[in-house]
Amino acid sequence: MKVNVKIKRFNPEADKRPYWAEYSLEVRETDRVLDVINQIKWEMDGSLSYRRSCAHGICGSDAMLINGVNRLACKILVRDLGEVINIEPIRGLPVLKDLIVDMEPFFDSYKAVLPFFINEDPEPPTERYQSAEDREIFDASTKCILCACCTTSCPVFWTNGRYIGPAAIVNAHRFIFDSRDQGADERLQILNQSNGLWRCRTAYNCTEACPRDIPITKAIEEVKRELLWRRA
Amino acid sequence: MSRAHKYDVIVVGAGGAGLMAARYAAQNPKVSVAVISKLYPTRSHTGAAQGGVGAALGNVSEDYPEWHAFDTIKGGDYLTDQDVAEMFAYDVIESVIELEHMGLPFSRTPEGKIAQRKFGGHTREFGKSAVERACYAADRTGHMILQTLYQQSIKDNVTFFNEFHVLDILLIGGECRGVIAYELATGEIHTFQAKSTIVASGGNGRMFKITSNAHALTGDLQSVVYRRGIPIEDPEFYQFHPTGLYKIGVLLTEGARGEGGILRNKDGERFMERYAPTIKDLAPRDMVSRSMYLEIREGRGAGPDSDYILLDLTHIDAHIIEERLPDITEFARIYLGVDPIKEPVPIQPTAHYAMGGIPTTIDTEVIMDGQNTIIPGLYAAGEVACASLHGANRLGTNSLGDLIVFGRRAGRFASKYAESAEFADIPKDAQDFTKNLLDKALNGSGTEKVATIRKELQASMMDNASVFRTEEFLTKQIKIVKELQNRYKQIGVEDKGKQYNTELMEAIELGFLIDNAEQLVYAAENRKESRGAHSHENHKERDDANWLKHTLVYKEEKGVRIDYKPVTLGKYEPKPRVY
Repeated sequence: MKVNVKIKRFNPEADKRPYWAEYSLEVRETDRVLDVINQIKWEMDGSLSYRRSCAHGICGSDAMLINGVNRLACKILVRDLGEVINIEPIRGLPVLKDLIVDMEPFFDSYKAVLPFFINEDPEPPTERYQSAEDREIFDASTKCILCACCTTSCPVFWTNGRYIGPAAIVNAHRFIFDSRDQGADERLQILNQSNGLWRCRTAYNCTEACPRDIPITKAIEEVKRELLWRRA
Repeated sequence: MSRAHKYDVIVVGAGGAGLMAARYAAQNPKVSVAVISKLYPTRSHTGAAQGGVGAALGNVSEDYPEWHAFDTIKGGDYLTDQDVAEMFAYDVIESVIELEHMGLPFSRTPEGKIAQRKFGGHTREFGKSAVERACYAADRTGHMILQTLYQQSIKDNVTFFNEFHVLDILLIGGECRGVIAYELATGEIHTFQAKSTIVASGGNGRMFKITSNAHALTGDLQSVVYRRGIPIEDPEFYQFHPTGLYKIGVLLTEGARGEGGILRNKDGERFMERYAPTIKDLAPRDMVSRSMYLEIREGRGAGPDSDYILLDLTHIDAHIIEERLPDITEFARIYLGVDPIKEPVPIQPTAHYAMGGIPTTIDTEVIMDGQNTIIPGLYAAGEVACASLHGANRLGTNSLGDLIVFGRRAGRFASKYAESAEFADIPKDAQDFTKNLLDKALNGSGTEKVATIRKELQASMMDNASVFRTEEFLTKQIKIVKELQNRYKQIGVEDKGKQYNTELMEAIELGFLIDNAEQLVYAAENRKESRGAHSHENHKERDDANWLKHTLVYKEEKGVRIDYKPVTLGKYEPKPRVY
């Protein structure tokens, strides 16, 4: 089928401001949007720049704003979009070239919540035991691939780039609710700061954008509740 | 940013092996460590591994490392170095426990232990029946390993150079003194001086049309060292995973069969009963992929073109599928529009894993020849390396085991070496080779297109050098690779910019990929027997008298040269491989 693809482009070495480039090409309806973008790069315009790697929704490289929704280009098919496909870089992070944005602020927020296992007890000779039920509590938040679809779809983040953002909260959730971890208080204190958790206005955009189907708003609410319980 | 850097230990690659190596090197307070990666670390392809990591914990049923070692050796069709397999089977137990201590969220047994499931080729009592050995976290075990190790690297404050492509290695006076890298953001060339360099840059599956591998897996360092005179060991042994999604190659874990999934031909027959009567669908991957090809060739493939096989999960409890295999269920739904709970999934073998690679000792030191001559300061671990754990065919789950076991060892041995070694001088012209490489691509005539050559390479490798091989097709493929090498000299790129020139990097990567294809086809053409993943139709039997030896492929002025290295045998005499 024939598709008309519009891509918001910007080359810092040549352009003063971003512009829309249009491409018309023959694709299969079962192609991923990433296949379409690859086809444009490989056959029509080699300078088109974007990140990609695994091509099946696991590595988190190719988050883009596609027809108004944040998605991974490798996890949405042409047949689900139709003949008109508009692609922009994800919002709220500085655009470096075409669809490539500066991910450093995103990773800085992630690192701020101490996203690593904390347990100061002596290590047992075997694994630490954990019941299947306890393991299940934080299962969804372990799925995060740090693609930034959620954070860059959040209206609070768009207006306040220092807001820690849903991805960081999800990754804090992953440890706060892990029965083996001992760093919850420290993380909750960090999230309680002015650009932390309370900035969330439950717009739900994050949950809708997540390509891993993590119930993000629910996770954020659980962390909020935990903070209130511990304070009380 | 300064373009000259100096670290005691440099790690190239930030997947499972690279991050593990960095962690262990960083634990030595006497050395400085940095990781160079062409991707953000969490984009590495370790994250795509699904089914599990094999370790004889015995959490579900009785199991011992001796059984694991034997299975690995037999699975490798006796080309596995037996000392390596024995060390591995013990070490991987400790490594898995260590990952759990780092917080890795494994799935759990009812008692709260690490959950384990069955996997291809893993058996109890030396082949009697399948055993639960694969420690798993749903069907995203690799994702959890990658995330956990990246989390630890944040805790350890590891230094990263992200989106830096290593394009050359500084091999001077017979020792390694560091690497040269291209910074994608700026187009600048950086020199990294190091006492120890650990190569952990992953595989090369993108040389095939249908592959489970990421776009990034272009065998860069397999080519970089090869161009500098280091051989590649056993590249002819390339694994095709039986269950790739039809036409797109995305992996569906062997864990699906571990949970009871069955392979069926168009008649609905469970054909693996004919090929491996004892463990059936859980036979090693080389055997299953071959059996699938044979079914298709004999007209029993499913679909309108009779060219695929069906993976049937419909008899398994829907709850188990959703809980233990959620990701692959979603892949089938999204990419093929097939719901595995309701109908069988169309699949075909997909290029998956290189058993061969940069030759190393059991201690991850890179070696130069069949006499185990070490290159001081150079180490390799993970898929890019070949310590010869996997021999002629890797067992499922042993890749994740490989990453953590050999990543650890590389970190330990490389930092220990760096502790006592001195920084050696880097010649003034050290960047010239890299500048020349980039110039050629930037200013080439452009009469040939990168995408066209890559497509022809991938299609021809699939046709002529994949699951079944013949004298005729391998000879033909050698010719094709030579032609593509010549045509590659005429490529050009449209983007002449400095910042994020991804077109230029794709061009360079294609050059690397063609080298990888060269290594594979020359070695495959040379090996006149069938063993493990190398199935040669003109030489159908394994020939231990003449071919129980490792291949070493060298790139020399006159062309490709092949040499050999003995296999380290041990307790287990090579026997016919039946399951």
